[in-house]
Amino acid sequence: MNQRNSGARRRNLTGRTLTLVTVAALFGGCVQIETPDKPIEINLNINIRQEIVYRLDGDAKKLIEQNSEIF
Amino acid sequence: MMRLKIGKATGLAIGACAAIAAVSLAVPSAMAQRDPAYAAARAAGQIGEQPDGYLGFATSPTPEIRALVQDLNIKRKAAYTERASATGSTVEQFAFTSGCNLIANTKPGEKYKAPDGRWLTRDASPPVRDSRCL
Repeated sequence: MNQRNSGARRRNLTGRTLTLVTVAALFGGCVQIETPDKPIEINLNINIRQEIVYRLDGDAKKLIEQNSEIF
Repeated sequence: MMRLKIGKATGLAIGACAAIAAVSLAVPSAMAQRDPAYAAARAAGQIGEQPDGYLGFATSPTPEIRALVQDLNIKRKAAYTERASATGSTVEQFAFTSGCNLIANTKPGEKYKAPDGRWLTRDASPPVRDSRCL
């Protein structure tokens, strides 16, 4: 009897776990649909590029100053 | 002894003259002025600065202005190329960063190209630049 009961509990637990997984998957699905927005990608590109601009700005200023006849 | 002293003094004087001459030669080359035709076309708003770091035509150019701008842009590209390799960046990246500065440096009345492609006239307010410019 005890063994049968524990078997039923296990089945119940498995059922609950499956339900939870399904719900989580559904929520996960919802989140996945909502997150990939275009602005996020663009912002990332801007950050990467602006890092380069930050790094090169001093050199660019120097070049312009030292070659004022072509700028 | 006296001769030697005079000789030393003269030597020092010559050295000082040479130093002054070197400085006076170095300063004009570092502060070289724009070609008058270029300065005039710029002031007249016929040509202006672009976000890509090169000069462009705000109005359809005369053959002289076209040649002038092409010559300056070739020289700019050579300078960008040299600095790009020295800084480990691409020519386009270095030219773009320079373009940010060149547009910021425009004087009121001069033309510059906005990120949307319109030619705008610089006024007292800050110029419209790419969002990546500092």
